[in-house]
Amino acid sequence: MRNIFLFIRRYFNLILFLFLQVISIYLIVHYSRYHNAMFSNVTGQLTGKVNEQFSRVEYYFQLKRTNDSLVKANAKLYNKLKADFNLPDTAVNMLVDSLKIDSLEAHRRYVYYPAKVVYNSVSAQNNFIVLSRGSNQNIRTGMGVIDPNTGVVGVVTDVSADYSVVMSLLHKDSRLNGKLFKTGETGTINWDGKTPNMLSLKDIPKGAKVAKGDTIISSGFSTSIPKGMMVGIVEEAVPDKSSSNYLIRFRSAANFYNLEYVYVIENRQANDIKAILDNVKKKDL
Amino acid sequence: MSTLVKNIVRFALFILVQVFVLDKIHLHQLVTPYIYYLFILWMPFRMKRSWQMIVAFALGFTLDSFRHHPGFHTAACVLIAYIRPFLVNLLIPQEGADTNYEEPSFKSMGGFLPYFIFTGVLTLIHHGWLFLLEAWQFGNIWYFITKTLLSTAISLLLILITELIFARKQSFRTNTA
Repeated sequence: MRNIFLFIRRYFNLILFLFLQVISIYLIVHYSRYHNAMFSNVTGQLTGKVNEQFSRVEYYFQLKRTNDSLVKANAKLYNKLKADFNLPDTAVNMLVDSLKIDSLEAHRRYVYYPAKVVYNSVSAQNNFIVLSRGSNQNIRTGMGVIDPNTGVVGVVTDVSADYSVVMSLLHKDSRLNGKLFKTGETGTINWDGKTPNMLSLKDIPKGAKVAKGDTIISSGFSTSIPKGMMVGIVEEAVPDKSSSNYLIRFRSAANFYNLEYVYVIENRQANDIKAILDNVKKKDL
Repeated sequence: MSTLVKNIVRFALFILVQVFVLDKIHLHQLVTPYIYYLFILWMPFRMKRSWQMIVAFALGFTLDSFRHHPGFHTAACVLIAYIRPFLVNLLIPQEGADTNYEEPSFKSMGGFLPYFIFTGVLTLIHHGWLFLLEAWQFGNIWYFITKTLLSTAISLLLILITELIFARKQSFRTNTA
């Protein structure tokens, strides 16, 4: 027993060093799989406050760019107005919707919440975005995030009381689905950890017709992001020699360098879908 | 200002500069400038080794919580805090210099070269370990090596500029004073 104490006293620094290293590596490995709610609640709230103060200053330098992107988004919405179309079809003119808008609320699937970006990184290998909106403001984990021009940004992974953390597409664990707009093939969106705004789409078979400039949209397979949101534009598509798939590199629709405002999407039917899936899993067992 | 207060102020300043200035600069994908770990390099000679590691752990953990993925910087900081005393013992000019001066600098380490080796080696180890942990899944060895070397060069340049702008007064302490 005495020898053990002597040993610990002799090598105390080495033991402490190894202990601290093991803690850090445990945090790295552990955190990427299970998001520790307590950790993100305490530190998220603290760092969120600091980030918000800084963001207030920085916001003024971005005003012009933010305004431009909001005008663009507005123009897009105006162009979708029904009043802008004069359709020859008589059936359309006859239709008068007698339902009040509120009565449709029961059928609503998606709700969009605006949120301000208070911290954003692109240079790390795993990038995160912090929003100044948390569980007190209806944000839950698993919600999708898009930029004002419907470019996919990522998925909410951690929520504290007033802040939430979004895993952006520029993260090695991000696995969202993308779809070729023209032909409809679906693949997985991946980031190689090198150039921001340049991503790759995997699992597209060589039979598909892909060309430079094609649009990639979200597939709507996950419950977080609705179908048809812009993901990116194809930069190059090369057939992979070792498999039957294409190697597609594309430029993301959302510009991750200057995100200011984003929309968080709540899927009101997500719980129904999850309940069905859980049922199926139980039957399999 | 007492050593404790001075170091607390430094801690906060280095973290703020790193998070809100250097992390916002996107030079190139291969170059990520870091300066916050200069706090560990500047820690007093007389500080106990175990305390050095615990403070380094706190520094790394604070930076990591701003990046929302704890562990990477914590591991790198603890590693250089562990290695630092060995290097100090190797590079210190004569017996007892570490008891006469407060913390590492050009003057207390006895000139430009020993101090440069001290910072250079620790920077290289810090960046190497950090990028190795980050790149675990990507596994491209040449990318890792170029990134480490280029980032080390930029960080050293930043440290040199910091040393020149913020000259630290290092008075010779004797037993009589």
